[in-house]
Amino acid sequence: MDHRTAMARDLDHGQPPDGAPDEQAAQQHAPGTEPAHHAVHISIDQVSVRYGAFTAVRDVCFDVPRNAITALIGPSGCGKSTLLRTINRMNDLVPGATTTGAVTYNGEDIYAEGVDPVEVRRRIGMVFQKPNPFPKSIYDNVAFGPRLNGRKRDLDDLVEHSLRRAALWDEVKDKLAQSGLSLSGGQQQRLCIARAIAVDPDVILMDEPCSALDPIATLRIEELMKDMASEYTIVIVTHNMQQAARVSDLTAFFTVDMDNERQERTGVLVEIDDTDTIFTNASDPRTEAYITGRFG
Amino acid sequence: MSTPTSTPTAATHENRPSLLVTSPNGRRRARISQLMTGVLLLTVLAALVPLAILLWQVISNGWGPFSWEFLTTVEPLSYRDTGGGYLAGIVGTLYMTGVAALISVPLGLAAAVYLNERPKGRYASVVRFFTDVMTGVPSVFVGLAVYALLVSGSGGLGLGFGTLAGAASLAIIMLPIVVRSSEEMLRLVPADLKQAAFGLGARQWQTTLKVTLPAAAPGLTTGVILAVARGAGETAPLILTALGAREVVLRLTGAPQADIGLLMLDGFRQPFEGGIQRAWAGGFTLILITLGLSIIARALARRSQI
Repeated sequence: MDHRTAMARDLDHGQPPDGAPDEQAAQQHAPGTEPAHHAVHISIDQVSVRYGAFTAVRDVCFDVPRNAITALIGPSGCGKSTLLRTINRMNDLVPGATTTGAVTYNGEDIYAEGVDPVEVRRRIGMVFQKPNPFPKSIYDNVAFGPRLNGRKRDLDDLVEHSLRRAALWDEVKDKLAQSGLSLSGGQQQRLCIARAIAVDPDVILMDEPCSALDPIATLRIEELMKDMASEYTIVIVTHNMQQAARVSDLTAFFTVDMDNERQERTGVLVEIDDTDTIFTNASDPRTEAYITGRFG
Repeated sequence: MSTPTSTPTAATHENRPSLLVTSPNGRRRARISQLMTGVLLLTVLAALVPLAILLWQVISNGWGPFSWEFLTTVEPLSYRDTGGGYLAGIVGTLYMTGVAALISVPLGLAAAVYLNERPKGRYASVVRFFTDVMTGVPSVFVGLAVYALLVSGSGGLGLGFGTLAGAASLAIIMLPIVVRSSEEMLRLVPADLKQAAFGLGARQWQTTLKVTLPAAAPGLTTGVILAVARGAGETAPLILTALGAREVVLRLTGAPQADIGLLMLDGFRQPFEGGIQRAWAGGFTLILITLGLSIIARALARRSQI
């Protein structure tokens, strides 16, 4: 199956994107004929990221389907985290970083002129590698995002809903006033997920969300992710291949391209496919070598 | 390839001597270690001795004349008379330090935020350079500069001696301390937290105001209090700006203001026992104020969460 087509990009959002090819594509596919999770939510087209003269990741193209979990795997330095951060323009915050190519969200280029990166980040939330709750109460952590947007009242329901959605409510409902830092690592990470959900994004990016957690906390987050996939589009970077195999619908394999002449290591996308296919019948020998533990 | 005599092999590993046998130069190294520990301890003591002598002098001489009356009355007309106190100076010092803090803390924090958020910003190196220079400017010169700019009528604003001029000179002395300590504290805020805020769609100012500053608050408070303590103890810049007074002055401008340090200067200059006694008590008061502020600052620093 080819996930790179722009076929159902605007199924849910009505607005066809500018440009004739996309409109044609939209007309060719009657709405509703494709399974929901195959609708393209985010499309990454020829994306490269440079830090000064150094190219971290080059010419990446793939589509992220709606309401599915897409895992990005690959060895260290293959640019998967960098690529993840292009999806909500977090790379803008790194001095000297330049992103080229297009990242399309609901048919709109998020790097287009006039697009406010802050607006992008409110729609496309992020959970980080290390749980990073603010040194505030559990309640204030979850309410932080909504308050930024000017919402001052009726936060109780939103906080409860977000904490329930992140499977944390039952553990913290009696101690909402306690510091978020008083929770265990796994709880802190679920608090960060609740905090991200509270802003009402429809995409959540997770940058190795379990790498600082023990196996049991990891399992809980993984279950949570699978549960959330019905409502959210999730893109996860992971070092843990088993995790990708367990939770994701699609897996993208990245690797490091060595340029011996220029002594440069650049991340490139090798392939992306259904997770089952990647793990059992990868088309690129590099993918198979990595999956079977021959390198990386 | 060189082959040291002690190349590890399975055979040598089996025949290791007991742990109780010291290696060849182990004894010498242990002796040098002990010696250096002793030397360093001596230097610490040498540094503490002057401080201890100073504290002892002030406490032993100042404790006697220090009293409730000293804190609540003004000086008698003559330096010969005993009794009376430094109420005017205490009010003046606290007043001027307070006004100076009101000027220097917001400015200093703003500069520190700028340096922290735009470390390579266009004016960052300029701000850093002048902050460093200002730290090194002799405080009496700060007084002179404020005299020329604010006090003097010829070439300056002509405000005359008083609280505001004194406070301005103290503010100039406190400003670089506030900037530098606050910048350090802001830098300690984990980048993770700022990333989290940006990830939730916070703008730069929202991140600074709602995440960075609150996370650094205990440390910032410590730095500010230490700067205030430093300002409270200054006398030299006040000679040309506050000038000194013997009565309580509440006016911001238009009347010379009193200061504990200035009163002490006058007291010690006169050959009369009463004035000298009060000057010792003044020194004791000043040490109480600055020491108290420092203790508060340290206590807050310990509560810091970053």
